[in-house]
Amino acid sequence: MANPIETNPGGMAKAVREGVFAGIIAFFMFLLYVGIETYQDINNALVWRTRWELLAVFVAVAAIGRFLTVGFIKPHIDRRKLNKAKSGVLEISDKKSFFHRHFLKFALVFLLVYPFLSLLIVGKQGSLKYVDNFGIQILIYVMLAWGLNIVVGLAGLLDLGYVAFYAVGAYSYALLSSYFGLSFWVLLPLSGIFAALWGIMLGFPVLRLRGDYLAIVTLAFGEIIRLVLINWTVVTKGTFGIAGIAKASVFGIWSFDVGAPNNFAKVFGLASSSVYYKIFLFYVILALCLLTAYVTIRLRRMPIGRAWEALREDEIACRSLGINTVATKLTAFATGAMFGGFAGSFFAARQGFVSPESFVFLESAVILAIVVLGGMGSLTGIAIAAVVMVGGTEVLREMSFLKLVFGPDFTPELYRMLLFGLAMIIVMLFKPRGFVGSREPTAFLKERRAVSGSFTKEGHG
Amino acid sequence: MAGETLLSVKGVETFYGNIRALAGVDVEVNKGEIVSLIGANGAGKSTLMMTICGSPQARAGSVIFDGEDITKLPTHLIARKRIAQSPEGRRIFPRMTVFENLQMGANLDNLKYFKEDVEKIFTLFPRLKERQSQRGGTLSGGEQQMLSIGRALMARPKLLLLDEPSLGLAPLIVKGIFEAIKKLNKEEGLTVFLVEQNAFAALKLSDRAYVMVNGKVTMSGSGKDLLANPEVRAAYLEGGRH
Repeated sequence: MANPIETNPGGMAKAVREGVFAGIIAFFMFLLYVGIETYQDINNALVWRTRWELLAVFVAVAAIGRFLTVGFIKPHIDRRKLNKAKSGVLEISDKKSFFHRHFLKFALVFLLVYPFLSLLIVGKQGSLKYVDNFGIQILIYVMLAWGLNIVVGLAGLLDLGYVAFYAVGAYSYALLSSYFGLSFWVLLPLSGIFAALWGIMLGFPVLRLRGDYLAIVTLAFGEIIRLVLINWTVVTKGTFGIAGIAKASVFGIWSFDVGAPNNFAKVFGLASSSVYYKIFLFYVILALCLLTAYVTIRLRRMPIGRAWEALREDEIACRSLGINTVATKLTAFATGAMFGGFAGSFFAARQGFVSPESFVFLESAVILAIVVLGGMGSLTGIAIAAVVMVGGTEVLREMSFLKLVFGPDFTPELYRMLLFGLAMIIVMLFKPRGFVGSREPTAFLKERRAVSGSFTKEGHG
Repeated sequence: MAGETLLSVKGVETFYGNIRALAGVDVEVNKGEIVSLIGANGAGKSTLMMTICGSPQARAGSVIFDGEDITKLPTHLIARKRIAQSPEGRRIFPRMTVFENLQMGANLDNLKYFKEDVEKIFTLFPRLKERQSQRGGTLSGGEQQMLSIGRALMARPKLLLLDEPSLGLAPLIVKGIFEAIKKLNKEEGLTVFLVEQNAFAALKLSDRAYVMVNGKVTMSGSGKDLLANPEVRAAYLEGGRH
């Protein structure tokens, strides 16, 4: 059969036309942002200069990109889709590649050996960056996003103030360990419980709210917690924050304090280095993440988890089926908040310093963005999104070679938010449900069980 | 076949804010009966259905189910008295599979009968069996209605409330669904209380029926009598057949 695209003589003309249009639009869009630059001269006066070359690059990229998209890429994709449709092969099939099927096992093994791998490759001093900035940082966000996923992804309650629970956990650890000298392993569960109580406290007044209204109230709640932390200076030391928070120890057996007699490095006769503590923390947060995932997977198969999902779908139907929506919502808030609290106390132990600065609205937004980008409800998708978003930010810091291209003044970190937004737009355009948009059913008749190899179905419930 | 009274609604008044939607309604449903409630848009049919379920609650009057006053109970506790409802607009869970939807309907504390009940519903509506691992939202309107009824049946109800099961469905599908209801009633003695716009089909199916106008019951009688009644014919049957 003749190809509809190639038989269409107007195809090329259309591509050229669209390319020119895109160029014109790009020209006007970037004229003021890119084409003109303001700077201060010697007299501190603000003057401007033009950057026509850079503007020309932007326009050319837009025009050529559009031309190629319309002229070649789109026809190619359409052709492939058409062929697939003709041959009757559905894009969704149960047969997945070997890598795809065992992705989670690979990921888990990789995470387990990751600290040692980085030690091996870049040495003690170099691996600090990879274990701490990449490993721990990303895993904290994975855990936060998985915690928020219970509230937003499963129960469908849009929470814009999730960082409040993170703050509650962090300050619980910081304050109780500074004032009462309690250890990390005592305070970790306590922080979770405190955060869960705050979750219930937030839950009560917002029981009747849904959607936008709920979002506004939770947003306000997040701000209230932050403002209390700033202004209750007697206890929280306000914006100065709490410094010198005790480190976590290996269940009280080995300490990571340099002076302590049971210092980890001393006991094992190793050269003193901060990398041991970081590796220890890496495994702690990894364990916390796995706990979060395990609890989420188990709960999804239990009546309460099913009630959360049903609540997300239709509240009225839920009630008419005998589900207590009040209890369901409160447990969702409390469970989500609890994991936020765990992550918070871990954050305080890792950082050794907490201040209200760390718990601004932007953090809530980032966590929510990770959940949405990853695909609400999908643990795998959210983990991937966390790696991309948080890891991507860290990678930007490393991109000093870009200075060769854009000049020595170029600081890639400053473009973080721009890329963040760009990434969101691209993902939402091409994958509107997030990286992993499909929802794994939690119940099926026996014959469906054999096919299940993916994360949310693992373990046969 | 009329047995003892299962549901009795006495002098119920329900308000939306200051607006009185039900102005003293009396309705009785006996065990093993199919009773239908017909009336024009805005007559208060669905409100009565919702009031029985406790959302909104009646401001005056009482709802007695199986000898127990349920007027002031919260909705989820009423549902646990085994009053199952297939709500108006079906309200299935769109992103959950057909099977999961059915599971949500089951009594969560007692899953002893779960498999047996699922099989029963799959025999009643074979289409649901074919589509069991499909998401609820991808079903056609008629299949969604079957799912909604099936989900309600999973609770092993003593009383099944159906709010406009024919809404937006083709006549042939409505016929199929009504036959299923009839079968449930005949074979299992299920008591059904049905709200319908489609008066003709509803009256034909029912043992007894009530006609509602402006929040009040204006007429009642056996399905056959009402079908023959000239007033009912003029208002609800022939009016729709131009």
